[in-house]
Amino acid sequence: MEFFHKLKPHHLDVLKEIGNIGAGHAATALSQILNQTIDMSVPAVRIVSFQDLPEQIGGADTEVAAIFLRIEGEAPGSIFYISQIKEAEKLIQRLTKDSHFQLEDPPFNELGISAFLEVGNILAGSYLSSLADFTNLLLQPSVPGFTVDMVGAILNYGLIPLSEVSDYAIVIDTEMMELGPEAGKIRGHFFLLPDPQSFNEIFTALGVKIP
Amino acid sequence: MSNVIKVAMADLNVVTAPDTIRTSGLGSCVGLVLYDDLRAIAGMAHIMLPSSSLSKQEKMNEAKYADTAIPALLTRLEKVGARSNSLKAKLAGGAQMFSFSTGNDLMRIGPRNVEAIKLKLGELGIPIVSEDVGGKNGRTIEFDPASKKLHIRTVNKGSVDI
Repeated sequence: MEFFHKLKPHHLDVLKEIGNIGAGHAATALSQILNQTIDMSVPAVRIVSFQDLPEQIGGADTEVAAIFLRIEGEAPGSIFYISQIKEAEKLIQRLTKDSHFQLEDPPFNELGISAFLEVGNILAGSYLSSLADFTNLLLQPSVPGFTVDMVGAILNYGLIPLSEVSDYAIVIDTEMMELGPEAGKIRGHFFLLPDPQSFNEIFTALGVKIP
Repeated sequence: MSNVIKVAMADLNVVTAPDTIRTSGLGSCVGLVLYDDLRAIAGMAHIMLPSSSLSKQEKMNEAKYADTAIPALLTRLEKVGARSNSLKAKLAGGAQMFSFSTGNDLMRIGPRNVEAIKLKLGELGIPIVSEDVGGKNGRTIEFDPASKKLHIRTVNKGSVDI
């Protein structure tokens, strides 16, 4: 927790703005792919203990569909796009126009998975490029990974770099939701988990250094 | 009436029969169970990282690292009456949830956790009775100190007892 004590409310506001800009661009990209309006929540920036993080998505046991990317470059970190299984199915069905696509019983249709990964690529790419523009930092996304599994097991992965310095994570969480005739059928959470050393980079780049 | 004792990420606890002990959503983390073969007592740790030398924290959480969680668990077990010479181990977890070609060592953390735990158990002379480690799937595990069975649930692959 040590480091987080030094953060003032305006630091969290800066992170919120990052979530806002990043997710705003990602939502625009998603609405273009689906040709449907996508609404997003005001980003929540939370300092949460590792124990509590999975609880925010229904508990460590909850089964979800997730895309995971590492951010490489000057401010490394992890990005997750996490969706309920039914909602991810719906999204993939719409993208591939295959109403039989399912994520309950593997093996999954490969075309559907690669469509989902491509969405992950586009969302994370637009999130990151706006973040890079905003901060003037060099940031590149890794190739995305996909899995259907327990949320606790998935988040484990993104927490490892942070776990060396803390038992807490700063999570920038934005929820996206489809509007229109099938409102609410497609939604997901975008989580940005900066690595510990990245906070200094981000805050310095934006002129709000930590004392 | 029996209860289920829950162990969170980077946490440890002990249990006596008829209660059971459980941890949910193990990914690259490893769930280690140490149990007294003669008494219905067991302990579980949800280990995240292989070595406390990785720690850059001022105040360290012992339960997070393989090399410190095991001694800490032993101390807790002895306090509730377990004998170190009748202890045995079971473990599960250490999966690689996503595969990346970036060569980042942190992404290989699952196998490294398993290795570190085995090394420490070897030093302490605690035998490993059974294990279910590696793979790509997350696990939820529950140990019953009465039957000494470790129940493992994975998504889409069902359950096993080891």
